[in-house]
Amino acid sequence: MNATISDAGRFLIENAHIVDPANDVDAVGSVLVENGRIAGIRHDAIETLSPDTARIDGRGLHLAPGLIDCFVTTGEPGEEARETFATAGQAAAAGGITTIVTLPDTNPVIDDIALLEYLRHRAARECIVNVLPLAAATRGCAGREMTEYGLMREAGAIAITDAYSPIADALLMRRILAYAAVFSLPLLHHVEVPELATGVMNEGELSTRLGLAGIPNAAETIMLERDLRLAELTGGLYHAALLSTGDAAAALARAKDAGLKVSAGTAPQYFTLNELEVTDYRSFAKVSPPLRAEEDRQAIAAALKDGTIDVITSAHRPQDVESKRLPFAQAASGIVGLETLLAASLQLYHGGELPLPRLIAAMTCNPARLFGLDRGNLAKGAVADMILFDTDAPWIVDAAVMKSKCKNTPFDKRPMQGRVRATWVGGRRVFGD
Amino acid sequence: MQHHLLGIEGMTAAQITALLDLSERHVAANRAEEKKSALLRGRTQINLFFENSTRTRTSFELAGKRLGADVINMSVATSAIKKGETLIDTAMTLNAMHPDLLVVRHPDSGAVALLAGKVDAAVINAGDGRHEHPTQALLDALTIRRRKGRLSGLTVAICGDILHSRVARSNIHLLSVMGARVRLVAPPTLLPERAGVFGAEIHHDMRAGLKDADIVMMLRLQTERMQGSFVPSIREYYHFFGLDRTKLAHARPDALIMHPGPMNRGVEIDSEVADDIHRSLIREQVEMGVAIRMACLQYCLGLSDGENGKVRGEDA
Repeated sequence: MNATISDAGRFLIENAHIVDPANDVDAVGSVLVENGRIAGIRHDAIETLSPDTARIDGRGLHLAPGLIDCFVTTGEPGEEARETFATAGQAAAAGGITTIVTLPDTNPVIDDIALLEYLRHRAARECIVNVLPLAAATRGCAGREMTEYGLMREAGAIAITDAYSPIADALLMRRILAYAAVFSLPLLHHVEVPELATGVMNEGELSTRLGLAGIPNAAETIMLERDLRLAELTGGLYHAALLSTGDAAAALARAKDAGLKVSAGTAPQYFTLNELEVTDYRSFAKVSPPLRAEEDRQAIAAALKDGTIDVITSAHRPQDVESKRLPFAQAASGIVGLETLLAASLQLYHGGELPLPRLIAAMTCNPARLFGLDRGNLAKGAVADMILFDTDAPWIVDAAVMKSKCKNTPFDKRPMQGRVRATWVGGRRVFGD
Repeated sequence: MQHHLLGIEGMTAAQITALLDLSERHVAANRAEEKKSALLRGRTQINLFFENSTRTRTSFELAGKRLGADVINMSVATSAIKKGETLIDTAMTLNAMHPDLLVVRHPDSGAVALLAGKVDAAVINAGDGRHEHPTQALLDALTIRRRKGRLSGLTVAICGDILHSRVARSNIHLLSVMGARVRLVAPPTLLPERAGVFGAEIHHDMRAGLKDADIVMMLRLQTERMQGSFVPSIREYYHFFGLDRTKLAHARPDALIMHPGPMNRGVEIDSEVADDIHRSLIREQVEMGVAIRMACLQYCLGLSDGENGKVRGEDA
């Protein structure tokens, strides 16, 4: 790459392998950017440009739409020690993520239009990538009363969720799905029956040996099955945020086969890691839902392969060392994932399980479709949110140099293959030399 | 011939028209200085209310008194535990007193019909649960007909809490039978499942629902249903489903506004439109209520001359 060129105004990225699943593009070509938008895509040389147009040589690299990460925790407002918009933005840009969709379970909870407006203003000022806030589905994420979906929609909310709190009350869930659909707001739901999910890790042989309380697969399956019935009853826009079990994936596949318009996500930890990570009470691998057995890991990868699961999110959830270095049962759940989302996901590509366009779609046009966003593609006229990455570059994760404020990653010291070289948001380079 | 009046469903256009025509005469009488007639002299009317009501009870009381009947009001506090048994026991007790007319309101759908099967008097349903409120629909029809000259061919948008509304159900039946086009406008949480069975158009957006409407009928939203259970908040409900000038602008320029009362100003309706003397029929509805109820009392006792048809639940 040419380090001296200016990204302002107009530039051309040439000879890169363009992966734009929304437009079925998977070929070497050039992309011209003008004033923050895609001005054109060519698969032959662009000869007619004026000689002073800045050129970036993408030879040997892939060019894709910037990633949209749809289930991200920051610490703003209220827990800025965990993560700020500034640090989350730096981490996202380094990971190839150009849009973070943030969870509302902050302090205070984002359940009011005034808070939503504040958040959007602050994010626009502080964060180098796009921030799209999710509104709380219930007041205080407490699962009792609906928030003002219509007013929240007008104030810029793109979907509703109670983050990691399941909505246990089926009647309330029914009303939420019915009411939110009027305002075209999807619900992102943490699929876990709370009464069955009082444990701290996957329920099975290992939890028995470790003497830790387990969470059975059924906690996820039962909640998902309930939700699917309610989505069918109401015609609501439903998205299961994080699937971790094969049973749940199978239930979702059946619902989709029956014609139900629902979707689901998962995170790299659920298709690259299994419950053995928590051996020796390793709290850095404590997540919610918990890492599952090996056959579930394989089933989640398979569900991505067959299209049952639509979206991959980092499920970025920063936790400081103090809240992780505790006895396993007391340790906080969550891992940071913005910087490892693409590289960890590429394991599916390198393992031959998923072609690259399908993998990229799960992090670009699929989440864009979920939220009805005009992003996640490289069509002419689209906002120039883009990444240039090397699918093969080997590197070792080093938590110490991560840009996230918190370093709670289970991938520390693990080898990865595939690395982001440059990230643009609206045509402006936010990462890369 | 004595009849019950238990609901609009099943009534014919001819029966409805006959009742409306009969009421017209009482409208004039009610505006006269001497309002009392002797049509129901010697008859006993008991208003039996198992649910609080001021407006409907007063309206029925006035209607009876103006026709010369002896009117007794009974308010019966209900407790969930003894509901079924109490209702029949009460009916039998009252029956022994030989009333001619029983006007009954009950919080449970079907309770008035249940009682009607056990007594000798003619029974008028003054509202049963979410089921029917026939005299409200009739008075609404009378009000519309007097202003628009017809019911047939009009587009009527019924807006708000359809789910819990007996007024809505009776109006849907009546307006459909009379040839009006009915639209239901509400968030899905305030619509009954499969609301389409009534043959009305369903809308979740006031702009589309009110487009070119001749009549905009607003329904009351109970306070306890506004706090995050059926709808998130008053301000959100008002913003998207409350009737104000802006939303009313989508209806026909000569569209008229109705509300069965009591109104929640600033919740389902803005004061500016509720009090607009050119558009709002809300006070007129109350006036027509007395006339309609006089006609219904008369009709149920078989005292309407030129009876065109029979009211549902005949042969009491």
